[in-house]
Amino acid sequence: MTSISSASPALTGNDPKNRLFGPLPDVSAEAGYVEEHPKRVGFFTDTSVCIGCKACEVACKEWNTLPMDDSHGTRDVIGLSGMSYDNTGQLGANSWRHVAFIEQTRVVDLPMPAVGLPGALNRPEMPAPDSGDLDSTAKAQASVLNAEALSEFDPQTAQTGADKQIRWLMSSDVCKHCTHAGCLDACPTGALFRTEFGTVVVQQDICNGCGYCVPSCPYGVIDQRKDDGRVFKCTMCYDRLTDGLMPACATACPTQSIQFGDLDELQERADARLATLQSQGVETARLYGRDENDGVGGNGAFFLLLDEPEVYGLPPDPIVPARDLPAMWKAAATGAAMIVGVAVSAVLGSRRR
Amino acid sequence: MTSGIATPGAGWRKADGAAAQKNQKRRRRGNGRRGRNAEMAMVDEAEFTSYYGRPIIKAPVWKTPDVPLYLFLGGAAGTSSILAALADASARPSLSRVGRFVAGGGAIASVGFLVHDLGRPERFLHMLRVMKPTSALSVGTYILSPFSAAAGATAAVELLGWFPRLKRFGGAVSALFGGPMATYTAVLLANTAVPSWNHFHTKLPFVFAGSAMAAGGGLCMIFTPVDEAGPARKMAVAGAAVELGVVHQIESDESIVSEPYHLGRAGRFMQAAKTCTAAGAGLTVVAGRTRLGAVASGTLLAAGSLLTRFGVFDAGMASARDPKYTVIPQRERMAARDREHASTITR
Repeated sequence: MTSISSASPALTGNDPKNRLFGPLPDVSAEAGYVEEHPKRVGFFTDTSVCIGCKACEVACKEWNTLPMDDSHGTRDVIGLSGMSYDNTGQLGANSWRHVAFIEQTRVVDLPMPAVGLPGALNRPEMPAPDSGDLDSTAKAQASVLNAEALSEFDPQTAQTGADKQIRWLMSSDVCKHCTHAGCLDACPTGALFRTEFGTVVVQQDICNGCGYCVPSCPYGVIDQRKDDGRVFKCTMCYDRLTDGLMPACATACPTQSIQFGDLDELQERADARLATLQSQGVETARLYGRDENDGVGGNGAFFLLLDEPEVYGLPPDPIVPARDLPAMWKAAATGAAMIVGVAVSAVLGSRRR
Repeated sequence: MTSGIATPGAGWRKADGAAAQKNQKRRRRGNGRRGRNAEMAMVDEAEFTSYYGRPIIKAPVWKTPDVPLYLFLGGAAGTSSILAALADASARPSLSRVGRFVAGGGAIASVGFLVHDLGRPERFLHMLRVMKPTSALSVGTYILSPFSAAAGATAAVELLGWFPRLKRFGGAVSALFGGPMATYTAVLLANTAVPSWNHFHTKLPFVFAGSAMAAGGGLCMIFTPVDEAGPARKMAVAGAAVELGVVHQIESDESIVSEPYHLGRAGRFMQAAKTCTAAGAGLTVVAGRTRLGAVASGTLLAAGSLLTRFGVFDAGMASARDPKYTVIPQRERMAARDREHASTITR
């Protein structure tokens, strides 16, 4: 590890290699894996095909022998959240995968004036031509992965008779394994480290439970196990990766909502998937954590969402705290100098005896 | 506009929207005191969505009172050590002696609180296996360790009356680390994702510097004969002025993340802190040269500093627990970026 020089941007603010913030083409090399190392791996979680089965949560708990906890992260307690089918509630020390569940409703002014006369927009009560409707239905049926079309045939999401429509959003959340990880920046013991796969992992024999990583994560992922004292989070199954296996959650996922692979390949796949969905009219689809120019330099685990990030409990514009660290150290140094200045002038300005 | 599939959002609303709104209204009740905030909050209510009102970031797991006390003691010890070294150089033996005791006692106690706060206290020394400038806690470890060692040793030597030259050297070393000791803790809080700390990352170091001077000066005033305590009084009053000024800037900031400094327990701590600090500073000027006045004003200043630490700590905790302080500033940031982007395109 190139200790001082690698981290000096935190003090100087001079960061030409984007060590604190910004895009970073090779995270493992930046972390000191200068020789041959594996490509950066990641998760692409496509929530448009998630069915909320929680197989990922179970597989994760089993493989990593995580203790039981309730929806508030309290260990060894059975508890229903009382808010939805989601009784995991949040990511934490004992839940490294969390399937979010959101029930949404909307008022629809069907029939949709998508196909019809140019004046159709002005007369929404006019039924759309039958032929057009059949046409689009057939097209939609042909594509199994068209989420909007699926909702037409799904009894859960189909119209309830009135002008109301209901849909369920399900998304399996996980540690983002950020390019610039707040937890990794904050760790004072070196327990958190960047692996050769570009992921971020806690070494449990080093962690002394200072808890500084917990509020440093802009996504609220890592947490402390109260009775243990140490912090825990997703390792992207580091043990399985070193043996050439897929992480447990991706292996268990029955719909390929969780896809594991080389990050660049996943990004290409995600871009294509987004384009497909958008061409099918799912305008609300968007990628989250895909942009390497975002506040954390892009995520190793990124998502395709069907609504705003905060709907799923994700921050809309996360920024790694260390981005402003040079300004903070400068302010602290100025404050310290001010104390000395005040003390010196107080001594000089006081009459002796 | 018809909200069809083609519009982003497509008209989807949370199915239990009514219940969520009620939840938010209840939260709002506390800020009737300040008109601007209430008005701002009403605008926010419409824009803000969350996952069942759950927090987005994790609140710090740091224990209270351990960490606020650590912040207070570290600050008071840091400024006292500087005062002691300067008093020693300007032949004020009583002030120097008191300053060294405050610095040594505060330093040792603060180490105790810091270690006690760890989830695995027996692994405290793991802090010393790396040096990471990106981690305020790592940098802080390399400030606290030499500072507490030097200040503790100086106080011990002072108490025993041995090695006067070593005492002076130890005092100088602790004074060297005293300033950073008092302000690094502000970076410790600010360099997190906690909205009400992170947003004020350039202001918190000055709050902590002022608060530390008020506490250090105040504590030294209490125990030093009044005719030697002139520098302590001056530093305490200056520190109180800085603290009150910068706290006022934070509390009157336009951003929604200044709201937690007004609400609930944090708001009461901050209010009490301002009262104590202002009263202590005023009393120092009026009656600081009498024994009784020095004790009373010094106590008030130290109490004000302690309350400020508790208030800042609690405000951050509150801002971490409510997703609105995470979502709304980030949304505003995105909107500002979009506006900027749009203006460059049209040009």
